[in-house]
This record gives sequence, structure tokens and C-alpha cells, in this order.
Amino acid sequence: MTATEDDSWQIAGQRFQSRLVVGTGRYKDLEETAAAIEASGAEIVTVAVRRVNLSDPKAPMLQDYVSPKRYTYLPNTAGCHTAKDAVRTLRLAREAGGWNLVKLEVLGPAPFLYPDMPATFEAAQALIADGFQVMVYCADDPLAAKRLEDMGCVAIMPLGAPIGSGMGVVNPYMISAIKREAKVPVLVDAGIGTASDAALAMELGCDAVLLNSAIAHAKHPVIMARAMKAAVEAGRHAFLAGRMPRNYSADASSPMSGLIRS
Amino acid sequence: MPFGHCTATLRPMSGQITVSVNGETRHMPQGATVAALLSAIGLDTRKVAVERNEEIVPRSTYATLALTEGDTLEIVHFIGGG
Repeated sequence: MTATEDDSWQIAGQRFQSRLVVGTGRYKDLEETAAAIEASGAEIVTVAVRRVNLSDPKAPMLQDYVSPKRYTYLPNTAGCHTAKDAVRTLRLAREAGGWNLVKLEVLGPAPFLYPDMPATFEAAQALIADGFQVMVYCADDPLAAKRLEDMGCVAIMPLGAPIGSGMGVVNPYMISAIKREAKVPVLVDAGIGTASDAALAMELGCDAVLLNSAIAHAKHPVIMARAMKAAVEAGRHAFLAGRMPRNYSADASSPMSGLIRS
Repeated sequence: MPFGHCTATLRPMSGQITVSVNGETRHMPQGATVAALLSAIGLDTRKVAVERNEEIVPRSTYATLALTEGDTLEIVHFIGGG
């Protein structure tokens, strides 16, 4: 590919240029959320569905700062522990915004909030049956990933490391293995801590990266959002370029001929 | 039933119904619609979604769907999340 060639990607028939998907949680306030998302260049943002605060109905809402007309909202099932809760939550999200593209996550208990795969399978089945296009957060388990794809999930999103841990991509071999076998997009979701982690995920061949805390919990979220944008692009280009082989011995970069002699 | 917790002082006036909204007890006039409830709370209908007794209320029916005694309603919106 050349620098000018289109390198867009697709989920469930929708085409996107940016390979960085960002969360909208954990920011200081909605102004900072909006500024960081703008700087990230993301086109898809994850959002949660919660009860409105009846005692403060005029409180500013996320939609006032991060317009669903500009960004593709990807509602999540955070906090849902059963298939029934996930379906209810995303039906509400669909009515609130009219989207079918959703992020399924069913988490186990603290301290790891590890994907609860039996509950995830059950919820995925129920959501797909209800007409949703499911991007699914999952363990870095190639068998689970394949099974989710076979069920009809539109993207497979294994964790790099536990949510909010900032530990990076701790098992790059399994992420590569999942990507090699998948016919739908694979995104590393969760665990990214800094720009080099996002670049690594892309160098492994992932189609995109999903992160939230790495930007929101940086000392300067807007600058980190810029860094993440550059890292995802750099990692993608490095993947497309194809890295040189690793070599245990040195191989001089400068020619040995034509040296001056006394 | 949500109104099982009502004390005498909270008992609705006649011509009123009691419903549960996001876990809170509220009184509305008999025949009030979902749109009337949202308006009474002060919510922008374009930014919320409503579930009534675990069934989605389509936006197109807000103005016509009348609430009934004991309804359990959930009103949600999008917030920041990962």
C-alpha cells in the first residue's frame, strides 16, 4: 500500500477510516471528554446506558458534548451480568439512538473483571437473535474467539490485559493467533496503557484498538489522545510494511568497501 | 407492588395512579401518557429511552401510551463508558 491508498476497515458493512475506538468514561468532565475524543480522531465511541437522574433532569448529557451525529455510538453492556440484562440494556440503547451495532461485555468479579465467557456466549446468542450486530469483548482464547465468530459476532475483541490495568498486551502470541484465524475484525480491547501498547496491538495485525483509561487517566488526556492516534497509525503502517527479521548477530548498515586508508 | 410501601400520607389522591420510575414512587393523573410523565420530570424525549414493565416503549407511542396503576418504568440515557 502507498501512503495515499485507502486503508479503511469495515464492521458489519459500515466503513471507518480511524482504527482507534475510544471509550467516553472516566474523564474529569464532559468538556475534557469531548476534547480528548476530538484529538483521538476516533469515529466510534463506546457509551454506557444508565438511569437518568430524576432529581437533575437538566444536567448536561454526553450527547450534548459528543454528538451521535458525528460519532458512531457503540453502546455497551457494562454492569450486566446476565443475558437478560444485556438484552434489556441494549434494546433501550437501540430505542434511544437507533443503533444495532453494540459492544457486549459480561464481566466476572473484581479484582480482574475478566470476561465471563459462558455468560458472554449466552448473551451473544440472545442479542444476535434480537437483531443486534455484536462486537464482543472476550478472553484471549482462540477457541472462544472462533466460537463467537461462528455464532455471528461482527467483531472479536480480546483483552490485552484486565480493564483499566494499563498492563499492555500481555499475551501477544494469543492475540496474533486469534487474528490469524478470524474472518471478522479483531480489536484489542482493554489493557492498553500507553502509545507503544497500542502500536504493538496494531503491529500484531489487529484491525483496530479500543481503549479508554489510557487516555482518560493520563496526566494530560488530550495529548495522550493525540499520541494514541499516532501510535495506531504507526503500528498499522509497520504491520503493512512488514517488519525485518530479528537477527541474533549484527549486520552493518554502512558498506565496508571504500574505506579510507592511511 | 411499588405502592405497597406507601404510608397514609403518600396515598395518591383519587383520580391518580402510582407508578415506579427508576425505582422511585411517583403519582400521575389517571390516563397520563409516557410523554406527560417525561414532561413532568422535565426530560428531553429525544435523549432518553423508556422501558415499561420490562418492555421497550417505542418513541412513536410516547404521546398515546397511557400509564396504568403499578407500572414499573425505567428511563435511561447514554453516559460515558468504556
